[in-house]
Amino acid sequence: MSAKVQVQTTINNEPVEFLCEPRQSLLECLRDIVGLTGAKEGCGDGNCGSCTVRLGDRIVTSCLVLGVEAAGQSITTVEGLAHGNTLHPLQKAFLENAALQCGICTPGFLIAADALLQKHPQPTEEQTRFWLANNLCRCTGYDKIIRAVQAAAHEINANSGAAQ
Amino acid sequence: MKAFDYAAPASLPEAVGLLASQPAARLLAGGTDLLVQLRSGRKQADVVIDVKKIPELNEITLAPDHSLTIGAAVPCYRLTDHPAIRTHYPALAEVASWIGGTPIQGRASLGGNLCNSAPSADSIPLLIALSASAHLIGPAGRRSVPVEAFCTAPGRNQLAPGELLVAIHIPAPAPHSGAAYLRFIPRNEMDIAVVGAGASLTLANGLIAAARLALSSVAPTPLFVPAAGESLIGQAPTPAALEAAAQLAQAAASPISDMRGSAAYRRHLCAVMARRALELALARAQESK
Repeated sequence: MSAKVQVQTTINNEPVEFLCEPRQSLLECLRDIVGLTGAKEGCGDGNCGSCTVRLGDRIVTSCLVLGVEAAGQSITTVEGLAHGNTLHPLQKAFLENAALQCGICTPGFLIAADALLQKHPQPTEEQTRFWLANNLCRCTGYDKIIRAVQAAAHEINANSGAAQ
Repeated sequence: MKAFDYAAPASLPEAVGLLASQPAARLLAGGTDLLVQLRSGRKQADVVIDVKKIPELNEITLAPDHSLTIGAAVPCYRLTDHPAIRTHYPALAEVASWIGGTPIQGRASLGGNLCNSAPSADSIPLLIALSASAHLIGPAGRRSVPVEAFCTAPGRNQLAPGELLVAIHIPAPAPHSGAAYLRFIPRNEMDIAVVGAGASLTLANGLIAAARLALSSVAPTPLFVPAAGESLIGQAPTPAALEAAAQLAQAAASPISDMRGSAAYRRHLCAVMARRALELALARAQESK
Protein backbone atom coordinates (compact mmCIF):
# COMPACT_ATOMS: atom_id res chain seq x y z
CA MET A 1 0.00 0.00 0.00
CA SER A 2 1.25 3.45 -0.88
CA ALA A 3 1.75 6.13 1.77
CA LYS A 4 -1.33 8.02 2.90
CA VAL A 5 -1.57 11.68 2.03
CA GLN A 6 -2.88 14.53 4.16
CA VAL A 7 -5.34 16.62 2.14
CA GLN A 8 -6.48 20.10 3.17
CA THR A 9 -9.73 21.28 1.64
CA THR A 10 -12.69 23.51 2.30
CA ILE A 11 -15.92 21.52 2.37
CA ASN A 12 -19.24 23.37 2.58
CA ASN A 13 -17.36 26.50 3.71
CA GLU A 14 -15.58 24.72 6.58
CA PRO A 15 -11.86 23.90 6.52
CA VAL A 16 -11.54 20.10 6.45
CA GLU A 17 -8.41 17.94 6.51
CA PHE A 18 -8.47 14.26 5.74
CA LEU A 19 -5.94 11.45 5.36
CA CYS A 20 -6.40 9.24 2.31
CA GLU A 21 -4.65 6.82 0.00
CA PRO A 22 -3.85 8.25 -3.45
CA ARG A 23 -6.05 5.57 -5.06
CA GLN A 24 -9.16 6.70 -3.17
CA SER A 25 -11.72 8.70 -5.12
CA LEU A 26 -13.01 11.99 -3.79
CA LEU A 27 -16.35 10.21 -3.37
CA GLU A 28 -14.79 7.56 -1.10
CA CYS A 29 -12.98 10.27 0.86
CA LEU A 30 -16.18 12.27 1.38
CA ARG A 31 -18.29 9.28 2.37
CA ASP A 32 -15.92 6.92 4.18
CA ILE A 33 -13.37 9.31 5.72
CA VAL A 34 -15.06 12.69 6.17
CA GLY A 35 -18.46 11.12 6.87
CA LEU A 36 -20.49 13.15 4.38
CA THR A 37 -22.71 10.48 2.84
CA GLY A 38 -24.95 12.78 0.79
CA ALA A 39 -23.12 12.09 -2.48
CA LYS A 40 -23.98 8.55 -3.57
CA GLU A 41 -22.11 5.93 -5.52
CA GLY A 42 -24.17 4.68 -8.46
CA CYS A 43 -22.18 3.49 -11.45
CA GLY A 44 -18.64 4.37 -10.34
CA ASP A 45 -17.65 5.38 -13.86
CA GLY A 46 -19.04 8.87 -14.35
CA ASN A 47 -22.25 8.00 -16.18
CA CYS A 48 -24.99 8.31 -13.54
CA GLY A 49 -24.14 11.57 -11.79
CA SER A 50 -25.34 10.48 -8.33
CA CYS A 51 -21.91 11.41 -6.89
CA THR A 52 -21.93 14.93 -8.39
CA VAL A 53 -20.31 17.57 -6.16
CA ARG A 54 -18.99 21.05 -6.84
CA LEU A 55 -15.20 21.24 -6.96
CA GLY A 56 -13.94 24.81 -7.28
CA ASP A 57 -16.29 26.48 -9.72
CA ARG A 58 -17.28 23.34 -11.63
CA ILE A 59 -19.44 20.31 -10.94
CA VAL A 60 -17.67 16.96 -11.21
CA THR A 61 -18.57 13.31 -10.77
CA SER A 62 -16.61 12.71 -7.58
CA CYS A 63 -16.07 9.02 -8.44
CA LEU A 64 -13.79 10.26 -11.24
CA VAL A 65 -11.69 12.57 -9.06
CA LEU A 66 -8.93 11.41 -6.74
CA GLY A 67 -9.22 12.67 -3.17
CA VAL A 68 -5.64 13.97 -3.40
CA GLU A 69 -6.63 16.16 -6.36
CA ALA A 70 -8.95 18.12 -4.08
CA ALA A 71 -6.03 19.54 -2.07
CA GLY A 72 -6.41 23.29 -1.68
CA GLN A 73 -9.81 23.29 -3.38
CA SER A 74 -13.26 24.09 -2.17
CA ILE A 75 -15.98 21.45 -2.37
CA THR A 76 -19.75 21.76 -2.02
CA THR A 77 -21.83 18.68 -1.34
CA VAL A 78 -25.60 18.41 -0.90
CA GLU A 79 -25.05 18.83 2.86
CA GLY A 80 -23.92 22.39 2.14
CA LEU A 81 -27.06 23.55 0.31
CA ALA A 82 -29.45 24.21 3.20
CA HIS A 83 -28.91 27.06 5.66
CA GLY A 84 -29.46 25.46 9.06
CA ASN A 85 -33.06 24.30 9.06
CA THR A 86 -33.97 26.37 6.01
CA LEU A 87 -33.94 24.29 2.87
CA HIS A 88 -32.40 25.65 -0.34
CA PRO A 89 -35.10 26.75 -2.83
CA LEU A 90 -34.14 23.77 -5.02
CA GLN A 91 -34.65 21.36 -2.14
CA LYS A 92 -38.05 22.90 -1.38
CA ALA A 93 -39.03 22.79 -5.05
CA PHE A 94 -38.00 19.12 -5.35
CA LEU A 95 -40.29 18.30 -2.41
CA GLU A 96 -43.18 20.44 -3.66
CA ASN A 97 -42.97 19.02 -7.19
CA ALA A 98 -42.46 15.40 -6.09
CA ALA A 99 -39.19 15.39 -8.04
CA LEU A 100 -37.84 12.37 -6.20
CA GLN A 101 -38.95 8.92 -5.21
CA CYS A 102 -36.10 6.68 -4.03
CA GLY A 103 -33.81 9.67 -3.56
CA ILE A 104 -30.49 8.12 -4.59
CA CYS A 105 -30.02 10.49 -7.54
CA THR A 106 -31.34 13.56 -5.73
CA PRO A 107 -28.11 14.89 -4.14
CA GLY A 108 -26.43 14.84 -7.54
CA PHE A 109 -29.39 16.53 -9.24
CA LEU A 110 -29.49 19.24 -6.56
CA ILE A 111 -25.78 20.06 -6.86
CA ALA A 112 -25.93 20.03 -10.67
CA ALA A 113 -29.10 22.14 -10.74
CA ASP A 114 -27.59 24.63 -8.27
CA ALA A 115 -24.60 25.09 -10.63
CA LEU A 116 -27.00 25.49 -13.57
CA LEU A 117 -28.96 28.27 -11.82
CA GLN A 118 -25.75 30.09 -10.92
CA LYS A 119 -24.71 30.08 -14.59
CA HIS A 120 -28.18 30.50 -16.15
CA PRO A 121 -30.57 32.06 -13.59
CA GLN A 122 -33.58 31.46 -15.87
CA PRO A 123 -32.68 28.36 -17.88
CA THR A 124 -34.90 27.13 -20.70
CA GLU A 125 -36.22 23.58 -20.55
CA GLU A 126 -33.69 22.59 -23.24
CA GLN A 127 -30.76 24.14 -21.32
CA THR A 128 -31.94 22.37 -18.18
CA ARG A 129 -32.25 18.98 -19.86
CA PHE A 130 -28.82 19.23 -21.52
CA TRP A 131 -27.15 20.45 -18.31
CA LEU A 132 -28.69 17.59 -16.31
CA ALA A 133 -28.07 14.92 -18.98
CA ASN A 134 -25.25 13.46 -16.88
CA ASN A 135 -27.66 12.78 -13.99
CA LEU A 136 -29.77 9.65 -14.31
CA CYS A 137 -33.06 9.09 -12.48
CA ARG A 138 -34.89 5.79 -12.84
CA CYS A 139 -37.97 6.82 -10.82
CA THR A 140 -39.42 10.15 -11.89
CA GLY A 141 -39.14 10.22 -15.67
CA TYR A 142 -37.40 13.61 -15.35
CA ASP A 143 -40.40 15.88 -16.05
CA LYS A 144 -40.96 16.57 -12.37
CA ILE A 145 -37.27 17.31 -11.88
CA ILE A 146 -37.32 19.79 -14.77
CA ARG A 147 -40.45 21.44 -13.32
CA ALA A 148 -38.82 21.63 -9.88
CA VAL A 149 -35.69 23.30 -11.27
CA GLN A 150 -37.81 25.84 -13.13
CA ALA A 151 -39.91 26.51 -10.03
CA ALA A 152 -36.76 27.04 -7.95
CA ALA A 153 -35.34 29.40 -10.58
CA HIS A 154 -38.58 31.36 -10.49
CA GLU A 155 -38.52 31.60 -6.69
CA ILE A 156 -34.84 32.58 -6.51
CA ASN A 157 -35.33 35.28 -9.16
CA ALA A 158 -38.50 36.59 -7.48
CA ASN A 159 -36.68 36.84 -4.12
CA SER A 160 -33.62 38.50 -5.58
CA GLY A 161 -35.93 40.95 -7.39
CA ALA A 162 -37.71 41.72 -4.10
CA ALA A 163 -34.42 42.29 -2.33
CA GLN A 164 -33.33 44.98 -4.81
CA MET B 1 -8.68 0.51 -7.32
CA LYS B 2 -5.23 -1.02 -6.86
CA ALA B 3 -2.87 1.15 -4.81
CA PHE B 4 -0.61 3.67 -6.53
CA ASP B 5 1.45 6.71 -5.64
CA TYR B 6 0.49 10.20 -6.74
CA ALA B 7 2.73 12.96 -8.03
CA ALA B 8 1.83 16.41 -9.31
CA PRO B 9 4.89 17.97 -10.99
CA ALA B 10 4.82 21.74 -11.41
CA SER B 11 6.93 21.96 -14.57
CA LEU B 12 7.50 20.09 -17.83
CA PRO B 13 11.15 19.14 -17.04
CA GLU B 14 10.00 17.74 -13.70
CA ALA B 15 7.24 15.74 -15.39
CA VAL B 16 9.57 14.37 -18.08
CA GLY B 17 12.14 13.36 -15.44
CA LEU B 18 9.48 11.67 -13.33
CA LEU B 19 8.02 9.82 -16.31
CA ALA B 20 11.50 8.60 -17.34
CA SER B 21 12.19 7.25 -13.85
CA GLN B 22 8.77 5.55 -13.51
CA PRO B 23 8.08 3.06 -16.30
CA ALA B 24 4.75 2.04 -14.75
CA ALA B 25 3.43 5.59 -14.51
CA ARG B 26 0.17 6.84 -16.01
CA LEU B 27 -0.61 10.47 -16.80
CA LEU B 28 -3.72 12.03 -15.28
CA ALA B 29 -5.41 15.10 -16.72
CA GLY B 30 -9.20 15.04 -16.30
CA GLY B 31 -9.20 11.37 -15.31
CA THR B 32 -12.52 10.66 -16.99
CA ASP B 33 -11.00 7.82 -19.03
CA LEU B 34 -7.97 6.90 -16.88
CA LEU B 35 -9.73 6.45 -13.53
CA VAL B 36 -12.40 4.26 -15.15
CA GLN B 37 -9.67 2.13 -16.76
CA LEU B 38 -7.65 1.84 -13.53
CA ARG B 39 -10.75 0.89 -11.55
CA SER B 40 -11.80 -1.78 -14.03
CA GLY B 41 -8.26 -3.18 -14.23
CA ARG B 42 -7.95 -2.43 -17.96
CA LYS B 43 -4.90 -0.30 -17.14
CA GLN B 44 -2.43 -0.49 -14.29
CA ALA B 45 -0.22 2.13 -12.65
CA ASP B 46 2.39 2.25 -9.90
CA VAL B 47 2.36 6.03 -10.04
CA VAL B 48 -0.28 8.43 -11.30
CA ILE B 49 1.28 11.67 -12.52
CA ASP B 50 -1.19 14.55 -12.40
CA VAL B 51 -0.22 17.01 -15.16
CA LYS B 52 -2.73 19.73 -14.26
CA LYS B 53 -0.19 21.73 -12.22
CA ILE B 54 2.04 22.28 -15.28
CA PRO B 55 1.28 25.80 -16.57
CA GLU B 56 1.91 25.02 -20.27
CA LEU B 57 -0.67 22.23 -20.21
CA ASN B 58 -3.38 24.58 -18.91
CA GLU B 59 -3.02 27.41 -21.41
CA ILE B 60 -5.24 28.37 -24.31
CA THR B 61 -3.34 30.66 -26.71
CA LEU B 62 -5.25 32.25 -29.57
CA ALA B 63 -2.67 34.14 -31.62
CA PRO B 64 -3.48 37.36 -33.56
CA ASP B 65 -3.57 35.30 -36.78
CA HIS B 66 -6.10 32.98 -35.03
CA SER B 67 -3.79 30.00 -34.84
CA LEU B 68 -4.71 28.20 -31.64
CA THR B 69 -2.71 26.23 -29.07
CA ILE B 70 -4.68 24.22 -26.52
CA GLY B 71 -2.78 22.84 -23.53
CA ALA B 72 -3.19 19.09 -23.18
CA ALA B 73 -5.00 19.34 -19.82
CA VAL B 74 -7.39 22.21 -20.65
CA PRO B 75 -10.85 20.96 -19.69
CA CYS B 76 -13.58 21.02 -22.36
CA TYR B 77 -15.73 23.67 -20.64
CA ARG B 78 -12.96 26.26 -21.08
CA LEU B 79 -13.22 25.82 -24.85
CA THR B 80 -17.02 25.95 -24.86
CA ASP B 81 -17.06 29.07 -22.65
CA HIS B 82 -14.24 30.90 -24.51
CA PRO B 83 -15.86 33.79 -26.45
CA ALA B 84 -13.09 34.03 -29.09
CA ILE B 85 -13.07 30.25 -29.66
CA ARG B 86 -16.86 30.32 -30.09
CA THR B 87 -16.38 33.03 -32.72
CA HIS B 88 -13.38 31.66 -34.61
CA TYR B 89 -13.76 27.91 -33.97
CA PRO B 90 -17.49 27.26 -33.46
CA ALA B 91 -17.05 23.57 -34.32
CA LEU B 92 -14.43 23.21 -31.60
CA ALA B 93 -16.69 24.86 -29.01
CA GLU B 94 -19.48 22.48 -30.09
CA VAL B 95 -17.45 19.29 -29.90
CA ALA B 96 -16.15 20.28 -26.45
CA SER B 97 -19.78 20.56 -25.33
CA TRP B 98 -20.64 17.09 -26.69
CA ILE B 99 -17.95 15.02 -24.93
CA GLY B 100 -19.71 13.51 -21.90
CA GLY B 101 -22.10 15.66 -19.85
CA THR B 102 -21.60 18.81 -17.78
CA PRO B 103 -19.57 17.24 -14.92
CA ILE B 104 -17.37 15.36 -17.39
CA GLN B 105 -16.69 18.57 -19.35
CA GLY B 106 -15.45 20.16 -16.13
CA ARG B 107 -12.55 17.68 -16.16
CA ALA B 108 -12.12 15.98 -19.55
CA SER B 109 -9.64 17.51 -22.00
CA LEU B 110 -9.14 17.32 -25.77
CA GLY B 111 -5.58 16.21 -24.95
CA GLY B 112 -7.00 13.26 -23.02
CA ASN B 113 -9.47 12.51 -25.80
CA LEU B 114 -6.54 12.37 -28.23
CA CYS B 115 -4.25 10.30 -25.98
CA ASN B 116 -7.03 7.83 -25.12
CA SER B 117 -7.06 7.24 -28.91
CA ALA B 118 -10.51 5.67 -29.12
CA PRO B 119 -11.78 5.10 -32.69
CA SER B 120 -14.95 6.94 -31.60
CA ALA B 121 -13.19 10.00 -30.11
CA ASP B 122 -15.37 12.99 -31.03
CA SER B 123 -12.65 15.63 -31.11
CA ILE B 124 -10.16 13.80 -33.34
CA PRO B 125 -11.93 13.98 -36.74
CA LEU B 126 -12.39 17.72 -36.23
CA LEU B 127 -8.75 18.20 -35.19
CA ILE B 128 -7.70 16.30 -38.33
CA ALA B 129 -9.98 18.48 -40.46
CA LEU B 130 -8.40 21.57 -38.86
CA SER B 131 -4.88 20.26 -39.73
CA ALA B 132 -3.99 20.13 -36.03
CA SER B 133 -0.73 18.71 -34.74
CA ALA B 134 0.15 17.12 -31.41
CA HIS B 135 3.12 18.73 -29.63
CA LEU B 136 4.99 16.12 -27.62
CA ILE B 137 7.90 16.25 -25.18
CA GLY B 138 10.08 13.42 -23.98
CA PRO B 139 13.60 12.45 -22.96
CA ALA B 140 14.77 13.12 -26.56
CA GLY B 141 13.20 16.59 -26.63
CA ARG B 142 10.18 17.99 -28.40
CA ARG B 143 8.52 16.84 -31.60
CA SER B 144 5.30 17.43 -33.44
CA VAL B 145 3.01 14.80 -35.00
CA PRO B 146 0.07 15.55 -37.32
CA VAL B 147 -3.11 14.43 -35.55
CA GLU B 148 -4.06 12.19 -38.50
CA ALA B 149 -0.86 10.19 -37.87
CA PHE B 150 -1.14 10.14 -34.06
CA CYS B 151 -3.49 7.21 -33.42
CA THR B 152 -2.16 3.81 -34.51
CA ALA B 153 -4.75 1.31 -33.19
CA PRO B 154 -7.65 1.34 -30.70
CA GLY B 155 -6.17 2.90 -27.53
CA ARG B 156 -2.70 3.15 -29.09
CA ASN B 157 -0.78 6.10 -30.44
CA GLN B 158 2.60 7.55 -31.37
CA LEU B 159 3.58 8.46 -27.79
CA ALA B 160 6.92 6.73 -27.09
CA PRO B 161 7.83 5.58 -23.55
CA GLY B 162 8.56 8.67 -21.48
CA GLU B 163 6.74 11.04 -23.84
CA LEU B 164 3.79 13.21 -23.00
CA LEU B 165 1.41 15.47 -24.92
CA VAL B 166 2.03 19.15 -24.20
CA ALA B 167 -0.51 20.81 -26.46
CA ILE B 168 -2.62 20.58 -29.57
CA HIS B 169 -1.80 23.22 -32.16
CA ILE B 170 -4.18 24.37 -34.89
CA PRO B 171 -2.63 26.50 -37.65
CA ALA B 172 -4.28 29.77 -38.65
CA PRO B 173 -7.31 29.03 -40.85
CA ALA B 174 -7.17 30.64 -44.31
CA PRO B 175 -9.70 33.42 -45.05
CA HIS B 176 -13.17 32.13 -46.00
CA SER B 177 -12.72 28.86 -44.12
CA GLY B 178 -15.25 26.88 -42.14
CA ALA B 179 -15.24 23.64 -40.17
CA ALA B 180 -17.78 21.30 -38.63
CA TYR B 181 -18.07 18.07 -36.67
CA LEU B 182 -21.32 16.13 -36.65
CA ARG B 183 -22.06 12.76 -35.12
CA PHE B 184 -24.97 10.36 -35.24
CA ILE B 185 -26.18 9.16 -31.83
CA PRO B 186 -29.56 7.60 -31.01
CA ARG B 187 -30.20 10.04 -28.13
CA ASN B 188 -29.57 13.77 -27.89
CA GLU B 189 -26.53 13.84 -25.63
CA MET B 190 -24.15 11.74 -23.49
CA ASP B 191 -23.56 9.07 -26.09
CA ILE B 192 -20.80 7.58 -28.22
CA ALA B 193 -20.84 8.28 -31.95
CA VAL B 194 -22.24 5.55 -34.20
CA VAL B 195 -20.51 7.55 -36.92
CA GLY B 196 -18.93 11.01 -36.70
CA ALA B 197 -17.59 13.26 -39.43
CA GLY B 198 -15.29 16.26 -39.24
CA ALA B 199 -14.83 18.58 -42.20
CA SER B 200 -13.09 21.80 -43.10
CA LEU B 201 -13.43 23.78 -46.28
CA THR B 202 -11.82 26.93 -47.69
CA LEU B 203 -13.28 29.03 -50.50
CA ALA B 204 -11.39 31.29 -52.91
CA ASN B 205 -13.08 33.16 -55.77
CA GLY B 206 -16.19 31.04 -55.40
CA LEU B 207 -14.34 27.73 -55.76
CA ILE B 208 -13.15 25.27 -53.13
CA ALA B 209 -9.45 25.91 -52.52
CA ALA B 210 -8.90 23.37 -49.73
CA ALA B 211 -10.92 20.71 -47.93
CA ARG B 212 -10.25 17.98 -45.38
CA LEU B 213 -12.52 15.24 -44.13
CA ALA B 214 -12.17 12.63 -41.35
CA LEU B 215 -14.51 10.09 -39.76
CA SER B 216 -14.86 8.48 -36.33
CA SER B 217 -16.20 5.04 -35.30
CA VAL B 218 -15.71 3.47 -38.73
CA ALA B 219 -12.12 2.12 -38.56
CA PRO B 220 -9.57 1.02 -35.91
CA THR B 221 -8.50 4.66 -35.60
CA PRO B 222 -10.12 8.00 -36.41
CA LEU B 223 -9.95 7.93 -40.21
CA PHE B 224 -8.51 10.71 -42.37
CA VAL B 225 -9.78 10.48 -45.96
CA PRO B 226 -7.44 12.68 -48.03
CA ALA B 227 -9.11 11.67 -51.31
CA ALA B 228 -12.44 13.14 -50.19
CA GLY B 229 -10.97 16.59 -49.58
CA GLU B 230 -8.76 16.48 -52.68
CA SER B 231 -11.75 15.66 -54.89
CA LEU B 232 -13.25 19.04 -53.97
CA ILE B 233 -10.25 21.22 -54.78
CA GLY B 234 -10.94 23.56 -57.71
CA GLN B 235 -14.63 22.61 -57.76
CA ALA B 236 -17.63 24.85 -57.31
CA PRO B 237 -19.26 24.02 -53.94
CA THR B 238 -22.28 22.27 -55.45
CA PRO B 239 -24.40 19.60 -53.76
CA ALA B 240 -23.12 17.09 -56.34
CA ALA B 241 -19.47 17.85 -55.53
CA LEU B 242 -20.08 17.48 -51.77
CA GLU B 243 -22.00 14.23 -52.34
CA ALA B 244 -19.17 12.84 -54.46
CA ALA B 245 -16.67 13.64 -51.67
CA ALA B 246 -18.97 12.00 -49.13
CA GLN B 247 -19.09 8.87 -51.29
CA LEU B 248 -15.27 8.75 -51.23
CA ALA B 249 -15.38 8.94 -47.42
CA GLN B 250 -17.86 6.07 -47.36
CA ALA B 251 -15.61 3.99 -49.64
CA ALA B 252 -12.64 4.50 -47.31
CA ALA B 253 -14.49 3.34 -44.18
CA SER B 254 -14.18 -0.19 -42.79
CA PRO B 255 -16.78 -0.23 -40.01
CA ILE B 256 -17.59 -3.18 -37.76
CA SER B 257 -20.93 -4.31 -36.36
CA ASP B 258 -21.44 -3.82 -32.63
CA MET B 259 -24.14 -2.86 -30.12
CA ARG B 260 -24.27 0.68 -31.53
CA GLY B 261 -24.87 -0.24 -35.15
CA SER B 262 -24.27 -2.76 -37.92
CA ALA B 263 -21.45 -2.32 -40.41
CA ALA B 264 -23.97 -1.76 -43.22
CA TYR B 265 -25.80 0.93 -41.24
CA ARG B 266 -22.53 2.64 -40.37
CA ARG B 267 -21.44 2.56 -44.00
CA HIS B 268 -24.71 4.26 -44.98
CA LEU B 269 -24.21 6.85 -42.22
CA CYS B 270 -20.65 7.62 -43.38
CA ALA B 271 -21.92 9.25 -46.57
CA VAL B 272 -24.79 11.01 -44.79
CA MET B 273 -22.67 12.46 -41.97
CA ALA B 274 -19.76 13.35 -44.27
CA ARG B 275 -22.09 15.25 -46.61
CA ARG B 276 -23.79 17.10 -43.74
CA ALA B 277 -20.45 18.02 -42.14
CA LEU B 278 -19.23 19.35 -45.50
CA GLU B 279 -22.46 21.33 -45.94
CA LEU B 280 -22.09 22.94 -42.51
CA ALA B 281 -18.38 23.65 -43.08
CA LEU B 282 -19.31 25.25 -46.42
CA ALA B 283 -22.02 27.41 -44.83
CA ARG B 284 -19.49 28.58 -42.22
CA ALA B 285 -16.87 29.26 -44.91
CA GLN B 286 -19.41 31.36 -46.83
CA GLU B 287 -20.18 33.40 -43.71
CA SER B 288 -16.55 33.86 -42.65
CA LYS B 289 -14.43 36.84 -43.66
